Amino acid sequence: MKIALFATCIVDAMYPEVAQATVTILRRLGHEIVFPSGQTCCGQMHINSGKFAQAEPVIAAHARAFSDTDWDVAVAPAASCVASLGHQQPMVARRMGNDALAAEAADIAGQTYELSQLLTDVLGITDAAADLGSYFPHRVTYHPSCHGMRLLRLGDRQSDLLRSVEGIDYVDLPLADACCGFGGTFSVKNPEVSSAMLADKIRTVHSTGAEVCTGGDASCLLHMGGGLSRFQRTGSFEGTPDVTAVHVRQTSSTDVGDDNVDHLTAVVGADDDDHLTPGEKGTSPAEPSRIQSGFRVGQSAVHLARILASTKEDPLRVQSEGATVSGGSLR
Amino acid sequence: MTFLGMPLLPSTRRDRPTIPGGQGNIVEDESFAEVSHQHLSNQQLRNNIGHATSTIREKRADVVAELDDWEELREAGSRAKNHVMENLPEYLAEFEANFTAAGGVIHWARDADEANAIVTELAEANAPVLDSGRREVIKVKSMATQEIGLNEHLETQGIDAFETDLAELIVQLGDDKPSHILVPAIHRNRDEIRDIFEEKMPDAGDLTNDPTELAEAARRHLRHKFLTTKVAVSGANFGIADTGSLGVVESEGNGRMCLTLPETLITVMGIEKLLPSFDDLEVFLQLLPRSSTGERMNPYTSFWTGSTPGDGPQNVHLVLLDNGRTRALADEHGRTALNCIRCSACMNVCPVYERTGGHAYGSTYPGPIGAILSPLMTGVEAEENGSLPYASSLCGACYDVCPVKIDIPSILVHLRNEDAEANHSPVSSQLDTALTGASWMMSEGKRMATAESGLPIAHAVTGGEQINSLPGIAGAWTSSRDIPALPEKSFRQLWAEDEARAEEEDDES
Ligand code: SF4
Repeated sequence: MKIALFATCIVDAMYPEVAQATVTILRRLGHEIVFPSGQTCCGQMHINSGKFAQAEPVIAAHARAFSDTDWDVAVAPAASCVASLGHQQPMVARRMGNDALAAEAADIAGQTYELSQLLTDVLGITDAAADLGSYFPHRVTYHPSCHGMRLLRLGDRQSDLLRSVEGIDYVDLPLADACCGFGGTFSVKNPEVSSAMLADKIRTVHSTGAEVCTGGDASCLLHMGGGLSRFQRTGSFEGTPDVTAVHVRQTSSTDVGDDNVDHLTAVVGADDDDHLTPGEKGTSPAEPSRIQSGFRVGQSAVHLARILASTKEDPLRVQSEGATVSGGSLR
Repeated sequence: MTFLGMPLLPSTRRDRPTIPGGQGNIVEDESFAEVSHQHLSNQQLRNNIGHATSTIREKRADVVAELDDWEELREAGSRAKNHVMENLPEYLAEFEANFTAAGGVIHWARDADEANAIVTELAEANAPVLDSGRREVIKVKSMATQEIGLNEHLETQGIDAFETDLAELIVQLGDDKPSHILVPAIHRNRDEIRDIFEEKMPDAGDLTNDPTELAEAARRHLRHKFLTTKVAVSGANFGIADTGSLGVVESEGNGRMCLTLPETLITVMGIEKLLPSFDDLEVFLQLLPRSSTGERMNPYTSFWTGSTPGDGPQNVHLVLLDNGRTRALADEHGRTALNCIRCSACMNVCPVYERTGGHAYGSTYPGPIGAILSPLMTGVEAEENGSLPYASSLCGACYDVCPVKIDIPSILVHLRNEDAEANHSPVSSQLDTALTGASWMMSEGKRMATAESGLPIAHAVTGGEQINSLPGIAGAWTSSRDIPALPEKSFRQLWAEDEARAEEEDDES
């Protein structure tokens, strides 16, 4: 199948590795990937800020890019943006009196899938280990994004795929359906409320003892990763009320496993050493502890595409030797 | 028969500003961000609210799960309400005819001032002057009277209004404002309530913080009022058009006492509360209690139709209130907000409400519904409304839970657009400037590619490190969150390089 990739603006500019992982997975299944070069953004940032007039040319750019290219289905590693294509683009185009654009946008949206939707509903993938060779021997917790959950009704698609990854130690996130507080410009317009929501989310992530918190939306992960990183660096969210110290959960060293220790002490990606400054940063009570002592730390936000793309031959490695991973993203 | 200037449907945007907005307590004048700042740091308040909302939330989820036709019920509720809104003039006329035929008197009030004047006049005519030189009325919880500021108005007219709902009483005695539409004192805990009672109820004596004891103290305090007061003011949950009946659902029985013991009963009801017939209650009396208190059925459901000689109040009045409702109705993108049955489920699931409490919304109607209803009723042109539609992360939990399927997130976005177009500040904010720049950049893939070609420089400038603090609006982000290290290249660049390499390889082979 010819699959058009909609990278989305955040992934394109901030997390290129997520788009690369998406391409890797789909190529592994034998599909041809095209990247409509005129693409930019779904327009959500402007739409949700009420700037419909400014959103219209962005929507038009998307329609142009995807109409100009030949493809069978389109995919984006971002539930929120896929939801915006279907739920918002046609609405805004109509409100701007541009019915032709509304129809075109609805058409493209009808053929655009979020990654887990494409994998399960269109490509029939139910077992990531068997079908994609996915291998990720780490403790992982998962945050379902609001838009994936409530607008796209993704249900268990993402978590089922994750659970079927070989070696994964999947732990449920308490209060998983609570919003992380990002909300696009909400996090700038009401930063204090947003931070208070984030603080609660980080607390639940920590409580799982997971090394990695994953999800299908780079925007939520940007927010949560930013919070995890800040918290681990400083032990608090400055200016955020009610953040009590998080105690790193202790797990028995046996469930870390020798195999895992290998990966945990390896570094993320060969050329990424310089992002990591082991033992240098952080004076927080939540400062990641030594693997040898059997501690694990919820420390990083990683998009699920990267976990699905990880294999035994080419594993995505989580580093945990007394360091926080830079920027909350395994880069 | 008056129709309060009912607009023709659907209206165009141009018509709307000519439809008068509501007034009274619908909105106050501080912005959400300003007020929420104070509330966020009130740990006691956040604990009280967090505890209460999570408890009700769980109860609600349990009783809703018991019904296998919940989605159909929601659909039916939503359809019935939409139908009423589409035919509101006809249903109002039918209701007026039947209410009047049953012995009631209807008063139409365009806005808060008119409604307050009508109630004052009725109270003066029917409530005797007491030894204190003042008159008294008792009240059963009514959002509509909150909205118009009735208690405050009556007070200036020499009339004291006594709230009889326990939570309303707590709020009233504490010189406070409700912060939740169903649990107005949700922000108070037992200790605080005991302190208020001990201070404000002269006959209460020493109390512990035991809820039973507190309730008993309130009961003794109120019993005397019920038996001696001649005039009651109530709200109404439903008006039934084909019989002219009014209905109140409640939990404590204070409503039933107010509705039956006094000689004169004055009800203040928004014009949107009508249902075509008694049959519709089958749906709504399932939706409402489950959504609001998490109960299968509310303890007291009272309906009355006009007056009956020798039984109950002999003097039955109804004030039908517009106060911005026709304005909301004329808004084709927002009018379903009038479907609201005031169950409060949306505020119990809202992560923003949970952290700021109801007072932060500066509105009689707090939480997600308040964030849309208040601006719809008073007009987003009213500057104090401008911040309300942004008081949401658009997580969608409110829409999922709403028993009449009000798409609150979409209406919020619609109102943000109205606000953006109303263009309050001529000097655009940093965020506006950033959005304008982003719109230009994102209108062409090539422009975005050009912008992204700055990534290597940005990467170098930041030393490939994460960003921990930024100036300006970005500082709002970095106050509690880091920004990850920027990549050296965008995906677009990486893709183009791969393509070029593949082509080269093709050429070579
Ligand atoms: S908007 Fe819906 S959920 Fe909120 S109070 Fe009204 S009816 Fe209840």
